[in-house]
Amino acid sequence: MFKEVNKSVKKVDGISLATGKALFVDDQNFEGLLYGKFLRSPIPHGIIKSIDTSEADKLPGVETIIHYFNSSHIPHTTAGQGYPEPSPYDTYMFDKKVRFVGDNVAFIAATSREIAEEAIKKIKVEYEELPAVLNLHDAMKDNAPKIHDEADSFGIFDKDKNLAGGVEVNVGDVKKGLEEAEIRVDYSVDTHYSQHTPIEPHICITYLDEKGRLIIRTSTQVPFHVRRICAMVLETPEKNIRVIKPRIGGAFGTKQEVYLEYYAGKATLLTGKPVKIELTREEEFISRTRHPMYVNVKLGADKTGKIHTINMDVISNTGAYGSHALTVMFNSGSKCLPLYKAENVRFNGKTVYTNLPVAGAYRGYGATQGYAALEQVLDILAEKVGKDPVEIRKMNHIQKGETSPIFKALGEGKEGAETFIKSIKLDEALDWGVEEINWQDRIPYTEKTGRYRKGKGMGIFMQGSGIPLVDMASAFIKINDDGSFNLQVGATDLGTGSDTVLSQIAAETLETTTDNIIIYSSDTDMTPFDVGAYASSTTYISGGAVNNAAEKVKKQIIKVAAEMLETHEDDIELRDTKAFSKKNNTSKTFGDIGKYALYINNQFQIGAIGSHISQVSPPPFMAVFVEIEVDTWTGKIKVLKYVCGVDCGTAINPKLAEGQVEGAIVNGLSYALTERYIFNEKGKMMNGSFQDYKIFNIEDLPELKVKLFPSYEPTGPYGAKSVSEIGINGPIPAIANALYNAVGVRAHKFPMYPEFILNKLEKNG
Amino acid sequence: MKINFNLNGNDRTFETEPNEKVLDFLRRIGLKGVKRGCETGDCGACAIILDGKIINSCMLYTGQIDGHSITTIEGLGDNQNPHLIQETFVDEGAVQCGFCTPGMILATKALLDKTPNPTLEEIKNGLSGNLCRCTGYVKIEKAVVESAKKLGGKNV
Ligand code: FES
Ligand code: FES
Repeated sequence: MFKEVNKSVKKVDGISLATGKALFVDDQNFEGLLYGKFLRSPIPHGIIKSIDTSEADKLPGVETIIHYFNSSHIPHTTAGQGYPEPSPYDTYMFDKKVRFVGDNVAFIAATSREIAEEAIKKIKVEYEELPAVLNLHDAMKDNAPKIHDEADSFGIFDKDKNLAGGVEVNVGDVKKGLEEAEIRVDYSVDTHYSQHTPIEPHICITYLDEKGRLIIRTSTQVPFHVRRICAMVLETPEKNIRVIKPRIGGAFGTKQEVYLEYYAGKATLLTGKPVKIELTREEEFISRTRHPMYVNVKLGADKTGKIHTINMDVISNTGAYGSHALTVMFNSGSKCLPLYKAENVRFNGKTVYTNLPVAGAYRGYGATQGYAALEQVLDILAEKVGKDPVEIRKMNHIQKGETSPIFKALGEGKEGAETFIKSIKLDEALDWGVEEINWQDRIPYTEKTGRYRKGKGMGIFMQGSGIPLVDMASAFIKINDDGSFNLQVGATDLGTGSDTVLSQIAAETLETTTDNIIIYSSDTDMTPFDVGAYASSTTYISGGAVNNAAEKVKKQIIKVAAEMLETHEDDIELRDTKAFSKKNNTSKTFGDIGKYALYINNQFQIGAIGSHISQVSPPPFMAVFVEIEVDTWTGKIKVLKYVCGVDCGTAINPKLAEGQVEGAIVNGLSYALTERYIFNEKGKMMNGSFQDYKIFNIEDLPELKVKLFPSYEPTGPYGAKSVSEIGINGPIPAIANALYNAVGVRAHKFPMYPEFILNKLEKNG
Repeated sequence: MKINFNLNGNDRTFETEPNEKVLDFLRRIGLKGVKRGCETGDCGACAIILDGKIINSCMLYTGQIDGHSITTIEGLGDNQNPHLIQETFVDEGAVQCGFCTPGMILATKALLDKTPNPTLEEIKNGLSGNLCRCTGYVKIEKAVVESAKKLGGKNV
């Protein structure tokens, strides 16, 4: 029985957030703060011939202007990944080439925002415009303009073909498998641009402390990667930089990117003054986005519907720079293909450069795009063999004790780790969903008439829990005089609740209560290392580190207690923030023990550091069912009910876990239905505001039911797996399948916008 | 120019420029619970209550609050003494990153002050100007329902 985990304890920072007291990046005052702004490229592709800042320099209040001709030129990636990053080093603070509308041309720091904006207008830039690639399918053509022809970038798969990344893996014989298959399905989708839209846009403030060290206060998922990448770009050792992540206003992947901090840092180093960069909402849309992808799936099955062969071809569009270019594409294979057993599997992925906004990490990380195709293909197969979509999945999905060769073949830009499934409650989630949505009442579209037609669809999904053999987290715990504990973690709470979840894990192991744990996180000077919050890793990996540290501290407490209670260590039992001697029936509180160790005898600090990496990345699983209504006159889709069962192992904090799933679903629903980029003929995003880029508000919320199906993952802390990303994978394919069930059209382009649906309906007559 | 207005229950006088937005002004005088999410009036992170109505402070100039009453999140409660709505939001798991939360809570307060027993539709309508990207709104909706129940139809 658990005491502190698997319990919806209150979020440890909840009240301070609800009272507006919690400090975000911008909530601390800085004397003499400068405001940073970017001059951005008006053209999608071109060479900067000259930059004339003489008029801008004269403006009172302009403190510094940085651009290609007065800054150093260090190739790097902005992807906040572990070192060495699996993303190409194709980015510079400033380059003499611009590669998309919005690319950084110059950075201005001035005493006010208005002056900085004024200065931007006064800078004269001469460009030589080059032809641009504005579509992922054009990027690899023979005569396509080369986007990265600079000499010193490296790690690019094939510069001549505009290929940022590429991979092919083969298991069995896919060609033969498809040729000999009794049933074949061949289906493609094109997924679209979208943006994370955290309600707090990207923001950072840099300043010098009293010793002249550069302090970076930033809204980031990856403080330690910020330090490392800034050190590289600013050509200074890591020891001169401290990165602090205060409360941050949502991230979802877009803040796993290091691309503001070094501009502000550079300006601070040049002027000695604090510098703030805060993106406007419009700029946020061209900060980092989701990789649009073309995904083709070919499936070979026998007449019963048993899958034998899966081939997945992916072309991913990384935009102008290859941030997460290789790994997001890898993940569309590695997080989708293992879900179904097949003897022959091939994954062939390419990531292309275009002169469009830069993609990056986004919740779901390629899996979302892969499932947009794969889970429609399963429905097509079911129809071909005359089976129910639920049944076809049950007979093909991976089971407990099984593995997939894909786990080993496809990792994080390289080979992965062999993983046997040790926990799965997918069938339970499926059975529940069938009941909740009244699946048995589902009738084919051919039997539906009238203007409004309802349809039901479903899908199953998996993700991962951290990056095996790569992601490392650590935690430090020490006891205080009163028996409370400081817990210091490099892990990064993005609003996800990880400070709470990690405190609960510490409390459980230490046999105390969560409110007895004082957590401090994400500060490169004060907390031990953690790769940061991404790849669904924090509960699983950082939680493992906290558990390790707590186990060590527990041993020390037992040792001191034995000394105090004059007994053996194995006679000591910890319970309710106390140590008991079973034999003597005596006890000491943790406060007594803390004081004794600090002041009385054989003094030392009870405390320990724990680190953790994982050999495997156990997938959470999810079953989704949806009912929609299609207005056949307007093409509008209304989601009536969305049902989602998730197996995330033990939910350390069920309420927070549900919240992760609900948030991901609603994000996924608007990604599926309303979020889209409108580009002009130069590839400029034209709808960069919440008025023109529609994310769901509370009125758009359908009836939404989320239920957790706890399994027990033996490799996770107290049985936990991840939960934060998986939810976003469901909406596109489940709704697309429901759309087919309602009106008989298949969506292969997104979002499923009314015009598009109407168009398809008309074509079908 | 000088403006006089009631801020969280106290009459105050401040010096301000006529073109200063209320969002910038409030943050300048230290009320950091007012957040900046878009500055185009579309997200509700900067919401305050003006004479009982929820309004986005990024769309107001300081002159427009002269002679009026405003409530910010700081006027509801603090760590030691949180308002019932603030507590309920935390209890229900309606707070994730918390960046939208001050605006959401103020929208809830403005709604419940006027409509102590709101229907689900009235709740959705009352909070429709506030965007949240973290929670998916499910637990926010629940928090409003629970707040209304606990307040028992009383204005607080
Ligand atoms: S900042 Fe005012 S509505 Fe978004
Ligand atoms: S809790 Fe993060 S935006 Fe609402």
